[in-house]
Amino acid sequence: MKLKHILPILFISLIATGCSTDDNDIPTLNEVEGLLKIQEIVNNNHTIELYSKTGEFSTGYNNVTIRIKDNENNSYFENATISWVPVMQMPTMQHSCPKTAITKVSGKKTMFNGSLIYQMTNTDGSGWSLTFNYTINNVDYSVTDTISVYQAEKQNVTTIMGADDTRYILALIEPNDPIIGINDLMIGLYKMENMMSFPVVKDYTIMLDPRMPGMGNHSSPNNTDLSFKNTDSMYHGNLSLTMTGYWVLNLKLVDDNNTLLKGEDVTEQNEKSSLYLEIEF
Amino acid sequence: MKKGIIINIGLFCSCFCFGQESAPKPEKDTTQLKEVIVVAQRKLSNYRQEKTLSSIDTYLEKANRVTMIKRGNYAWEPSINNMVSDRLNVTIDGMQIFGACTDKMDPITSYVDVSNLEKVIIASGQEGTENGHCVGGGINLKVNPSKFKNSGLNSSVDLGYETNGNYKIAGLDLEYSGETFYANTDFIFRKSDNYDAGGNNEVLYSQFQKFNISFLGGYKLQDNHTLETHIIYDKATDVGYPALPMDVSLAEALITSVSHHYQNTANTLTSLETKLYFNTITHIMDDSNRPDVPIRMDMPGWSDTYGFYSKGNFRFKKHNLLVNVNGFYNRSLAEMTMYPNDTNQPAMFMYTWPDIRTLYTGIYFKDDITLNDKERISGTFRMGYHSNTVAKQEGIESLQIFHPDTQKTRDRFLTSMSGQYSKNNTIIGIGYGERAPSVSEGYGFFLFNSFDNYDYIGNPNLKNEKAIEFNASTKFKFKTLNFEVASSFFYLSNYIIGEIDPLANSMTIGANGVRLYQALDHAVIFDVFLNSNYKFSEKLSLNSCIGYNYGRGSNDKNLPLISPFSYLAEINYSIPKFNASLQLEGNGNQSNYSSFYGENETPAYGVLHLNFGNIFYLQSNKLILKYGVENLLDTNYSTYADWNNIARQGRNLYLNASFLF
Repeated sequence: MKLKHILPILFISLIATGCSTDDNDIPTLNEVEGLLKIQEIVNNNHTIELYSKTGEFSTGYNNVTIRIKDNENNSYFENATISWVPVMQMPTMQHSCPKTAITKVSGKKTMFNGSLIYQMTNTDGSGWSLTFNYTINNVDYSVTDTISVYQAEKQNVTTIMGADDTRYILALIEPNDPIIGINDLMIGLYKMENMMSFPVVKDYTIMLDPRMPGMGNHSSPNNTDLSFKNTDSMYHGNLSLTMTGYWVLNLKLVDDNNTLLKGEDVTEQNEKSSLYLEIEF
Repeated sequence: MKKGIIINIGLFCSCFCFGQESAPKPEKDTTQLKEVIVVAQRKLSNYRQEKTLSSIDTYLEKANRVTMIKRGNYAWEPSINNMVSDRLNVTIDGMQIFGACTDKMDPITSYVDVSNLEKVIIASGQEGTENGHCVGGGINLKVNPSKFKNSGLNSSVDLGYETNGNYKIAGLDLEYSGETFYANTDFIFRKSDNYDAGGNNEVLYSQFQKFNISFLGGYKLQDNHTLETHIIYDKATDVGYPALPMDVSLAEALITSVSHHYQNTANTLTSLETKLYFNTITHIMDDSNRPDVPIRMDMPGWSDTYGFYSKGNFRFKKHNLLVNVNGFYNRSLAEMTMYPNDTNQPAMFMYTWPDIRTLYTGIYFKDDITLNDKERISGTFRMGYHSNTVAKQEGIESLQIFHPDTQKTRDRFLTSMSGQYSKNNTIIGIGYGERAPSVSEGYGFFLFNSFDNYDYIGNPNLKNEKAIEFNASTKFKFKTLNFEVASSFFYLSNYIIGEIDPLANSMTIGANGVRLYQALDHAVIFDVFLNSNYKFSEKLSLNSCIGYNYGRGSNDKNLPLISPFSYLAEINYSIPKFNASLQLEGNGNQSNYSSFYGENETPAYGVLHLNFGNIFYLQSNKLILKYGVENLLDTNYSTYADWNNIARQGRNLYLNASFLF
């Protein structure tokens, strides 16, 4: 009987205190829960908020969640068309990097999502800038700011010159949290068409040979080579990891005519392919 | 609080106020396929039991069908009928206990000491299923039974020294026995440096040190009812394994039980014993003493077992029926952490036994029927439910690399049965048995076997291994010459053994490759022993034993670890207060070695031992001295059972003294 009376009171008081702390803020749904803010990019009208799981940009694959705040009333826009241009300023030239289009996150009101693959950075994280061109209610806006891109500890992206004299960029996308066992390995493969264009390369094959240099270059069984999947425009394969630690994913890139573009077999003499990515867990 | 202290002091005092060594008589077993080895009998024996303070391992080695696989000077692994741990059922007084080492560096015989035991019962083949399923046989290490002798306080001190390895042993035994209460506590300490093989070749990393303390207490509730408790704590530190790339910094076991005994010889139910038990083992392998290893690693392992059994003896008409209901729950977990030489790289980690839970419950019947004065038949039957569960998701995921269909749980139903007929001195028997794969065979992950230099991967989908067995033995007697011939034949189907996976790459640096546990369609194991005894006179006798063994798989390859032709001859001189013996033991050339499973040919050897024993009576006290020389000729040799052919001990002078007061 007593509990019956106490519970509603408890609930009410909880809600009351909950509301009172919220009073100063705009009552919005917190759609970015579990994500950390990387940066805000501000112009006169809007603030573009950038989020990711890590809260910073680093070389390699970056999945970025974006929302746009109206500076006037601190509300977030639910409809917008957004595109982005990342640019790395080098001493003599500038270039961009592979990226996806920015799309609305399904099931969310204010969130947009896209990914960027920074293939390099300066040691202090400088050099990159990010421009957003976006349209809200048929009005075009633009904003640019410098961003910091930190060097990832392990090589999760690599730029190579293929035997066909084309530059390619390979980036490790999955596994994000590797397990001891069979992991879904997902790699993005892009061609450097020019300084600003990096389209996805389709229907090549990426051959895989994971090794542990710390264990006498021990390999693992039942890995599969990666093949292209249309559904997500990525390359997929099985990656067996027999223990935690530092792994080198030795790769060979083969084009759709079965021509080897880059990479070598791992042998006693050759401990590592010239095309490789790294995982540590 | 005060009361508690007083009780404790009382207990403490009672522990330290007894003495009179009992000389338990060897139990005459009904079947000759069982060998009973009487342990720690402080009396003179005239057959192969010389050192009072030798390890359990040395005692076991004296049984016909037992060979000890040696990886060092400590913790040898018993094999019966040329089958090792996975195919045996080894129990301590009926209690299941499982080693915590993935590399079999801690057979459970290493967690008890002679001071704890009265005898060891070695049963061949399906005779060994009283406490669990097996195909090769069973070893039950028997603790002293209840005793309300009202003999008051007895104590004894044992001291031993051996020159080879500067091996020191000290033991203390205290016993109090009253009308309704008894308590026995014993302590033994052993420490040995590296031993020398023949020709003064020091065998590095063969040192060990251990102590063992046990308490056994009994209280008589009523005339027929007693309660008992038994605790063993065993701790070995700094144990070297010269045949392996790693040593053991700690092997620790706590073995506990409480039991209730009912006894009434006038009843149909002559006895009923119910026991609850728990044991826990921690085993830590490390290589910190090895100066030169490809990579540093730690390999700790844990094994906890909870169990019970309840066994009743019924006697009616011509029947002597034993019923044993038992069950256990075991948790085996082992892991490996490797530290790369490049310190920038993180430590590498894996579960080598990914927390495997084993649950077993079963029931066992054995009936001995005396048909007449000369003829008896006996039959055994065991059935049980056996279930393995992988508790760690990581374990399932990692095994799925090799076996994509690995399930979390695997249930099995096991049956075993045997029948025996005996007339006069001849016995023939037949048996059928099944066993579940061991934790390593089912779920091991990159277990390095230095014997064949392969990494082993378990296979959760293995079928039960099955054995059909025939055995026979007979005895002849011509005046003072006794002969005994005993033979066993095993046909094992789904014989579990590691097969090379040509695609997999070894994990251990320098290993030859990876073997997955698979089943051979079948394998055949055969052994025959001829024992003889000739008495020249009451004082002088000659014992001899020769054995032949054979093992082959359906792939037409020899099985590994099959004993070559073996022999033992012993001349024994014995009078009541003195005995002496000269022993010759050896093996023939191991011509049927198994190169396929990593063996090489071990040459023939023969070694001589000379042993003496004296008893001195000093008023009511007794002093027993045993001394002698082992490997008299300082032969440098190794046997087929020595892991990586490490050489055995060279000449060793020993002295064991037991003082009973």
